[in-house]
Amino acid sequence: MRKNKVFSRKILALPYAVFLVLFVLIPLFLIIAYAFTDESGAVTLSNFRTFFSGAHNINTLMFSIFIGLANTAICLLLGYPAAFILAKRNMNFGKATVLLFVMPMWINFVLRTAATRDLLFAMGIKGGEHPYLSTMIGMVYNYLPFVILPLYTTMTKMNYSLIEASYDLGANKVKTFFLTILPMTMPGIVSASTMVFMPTMSSYVISDVMGERKISLIGNSIQLYFDQGLWHIGSLVALIMLLIIAFGSFCTETEEEHTSRGGLW
Amino acid sequence: MAENIIIELKNVSKHFDQTYAVDNFNLYVKKGEFITFLGPSGCGKTTTLRMIAGFELPTEGQILLNGEDITLLPPYKRPVNTVFQKYALFPHLDVYNNVAFGLKLKRVPEGSKMRRLTTKEIDKKVKNALKIVDLEEYETRDISTLSGGQQQRIAIARAIVNEPEILLLDEPLGALDLKMRKDMQLELKEMHKKLGITFIYVTHDQEEALTLSDTVVVMKDGMIQQIGTPEDIYNEPKNAFVANFIGESNIYSGTVTGDKKVRFINHTFDCVDEFPKNEKVDVVIRPEDVHITKEGEGMASGKIVSKIFKGIHYEYIMMVGRNELVIVDTRNLEVNKTYGFDIEPDGIHIMKKELTANIYNDAYIDKNNRVVISESAFECDITSLVPGSTLDEDGYVLGPDGVRYDFTDADVIATIGLDKIEILDDDEAGIVRGEIVSIIYKGDHYQLTIRTGEDEDFVLDTEYTYDENDLVGLSVKAEDIKLTLKGEAKKYAKK
Repeated sequence: MRKNKVFSRKILALPYAVFLVLFVLIPLFLIIAYAFTDESGAVTLSNFRTFFSGAHNINTLMFSIFIGLANTAICLLLGYPAAFILAKRNMNFGKATVLLFVMPMWINFVLRTAATRDLLFAMGIKGGEHPYLSTMIGMVYNYLPFVILPLYTTMTKMNYSLIEASYDLGANKVKTFFLTILPMTMPGIVSASTMVFMPTMSSYVISDVMGERKISLIGNSIQLYFDQGLWHIGSLVALIMLLIIAFGSFCTETEEEHTSRGGLW
Repeated sequence: MAENIIIELKNVSKHFDQTYAVDNFNLYVKKGEFITFLGPSGCGKTTTLRMIAGFELPTEGQILLNGEDITLLPPYKRPVNTVFQKYALFPHLDVYNNVAFGLKLKRVPEGSKMRRLTTKEIDKKVKNALKIVDLEEYETRDISTLSGGQQQRIAIARAIVNEPEILLLDEPLGALDLKMRKDMQLELKEMHKKLGITFIYVTHDQEEALTLSDTVVVMKDGMIQQIGTPEDIYNEPKNAFVANFIGESNIYSGTVTGDKKVRFINHTFDCVDEFPKNEKVDVVIRPEDVHITKEGEGMASGKIVSKIFKGIHYEYIMMVGRNELVIVDTRNLEVNKTYGFDIEPDGIHIMKKELTANIYNDAYIDKNNRVVISESAFECDITSLVPGSTLDEDGYVLGPDGVRYDFTDADVIATIGLDKIEILDDDEAGIVRGEIVSIIYKGDHYQLTIRTGEDEDFVLDTEYTYDENDLVGLSVKAEDIKLTLKGEAKKYAKK
């Protein structure tokens, strides 16, 4: 069989391969290289020592994880019942309402965050005085749609006769929730968590704008190091972030394989 | 006898918005009985089952279980379990935990207290249930790895393991292929015998209903058409709908001509049912009750026009005059040849004709002297309300005695013969439009029921074929609408 050489797979893949090498592989390699070298270019682990010996850095890392977890938890608590109600309504109404929840995402992110800050200011919650509260509100506001969408998708695909089966077998409403509805929506919960936890940790615009620079997340640290020209230690922090995210993805991936129902969206 | 009744439905109705899904349903089920709700889709059989399970609450009426009112009891408190149409197995649990689901929630009395079942007790019951459905080796399997038939068995095991007083089965075999369905039917019947539980089964498959049940409840439009044993339902259908739904039938319009004599397809036959002379009746003949004889012999004769081989027999269509007669026979006969045939008197089932005309009791006359039926105005002969009258220039009815009548808004009963309604393919062209909701073949014509948007039915006879759910237009000639005034004509006299 004669092969069409012009449109062979290899050639079709070339543009993306170039892109991948230029903008993914090389930068990644550079990050790793910078993380393990000092200013003179010598291979060293001193960046590690500097980072982990500074109590401030450890605190920032821990605090970022905490904010990530807290934001995920709050978003899930708010988004789960909302998604459930939306999924149960008739389709058109549900879709229109979901749109309402998602629409804020269409507004420019920086503008939106600044507007939230001003709104809170007008309500008497000043970013400078309540940096944690206003950062948390900003985070929840920004990431709530990312929770509602995957949950809504999982719930619309949910087989409602399973809920009836649960009642039929003697489970009351509370037990049905924990024994049937919650496990069935687990894939949605996992996707939602992935989409909130990791970006929250690494975001720095929200904490900067909402907390008026009084809160430092790991994202802020990276930005700060690079601003100050400390490329090597900055790269190391970026690498640590990358490993945490990779670990998180790995964990959720095995979880998703286990349940194998309902995708990310 | 009363103690023997496990569940009783009293005047149960269910409406969704304005439509009745179940209308005044009365039924009792004996302990240990295998009862089947049979009917076409949308007849209310599943809704009735769901009310027994507790998923739907009746709009009116009562459901009694062992004499106790359970109408409003939530499903998790009822000693009934359901096998769902699409199994509804929990995908996040394996086979064992699916079956054990109900047992883990169960409380049993011990002394004065209630306690949970022990792991050992649960284990024993689950293993036993899996043994009953022949899937002992599957305990740790994932639900998604099971075939449809296996999932069905697990769904049954999950229900019967709780030892319910009634097992509800909602078209449980609908998703299986024919061979599997036949096997499962036999197994269900076996299981019913072994377990001694009352089974309430829902299906639209008449053969399944006849094979499995002790009692069949035939339903249509939310109403019970007939309750009886499979033999009763098959041999003595109460009306043309049941006859048509249960098995292949020839249905004709006939007239009772004398003592146990009925005339249809232009011949008079002996029958066993007694009806008043000259009564219009529906006659049902099962294809297997017609015996083909040689030409010149038999009670009547006809020409075979079609032959289809059906495995163990042939299905013939014989033209008897203008009427088709479907016959099954094991012999190989020739097409386009005339044969005689006999029908034994007990093979002729006669039932009261449901309808000889469309009667509308709530019609009225509008200001243009038209009759309004189902929100549509039909031209009619309004002078028929007063014998010997004519219409004057102003549109008033002028009686022979010189009295003028104004019939605007007068309530009338309108009667239209089944053969007087004209059906039009263009649904916009008629006076009223509607959807064909039922088609019954009556030997030489079809009887269609057309339902309008106002939920009024027009029944008509036609020789042409239509499909169910077709939208059609209807029109009626003015002289074909018979009007009867409600009350005295005097009331409408103009002073």
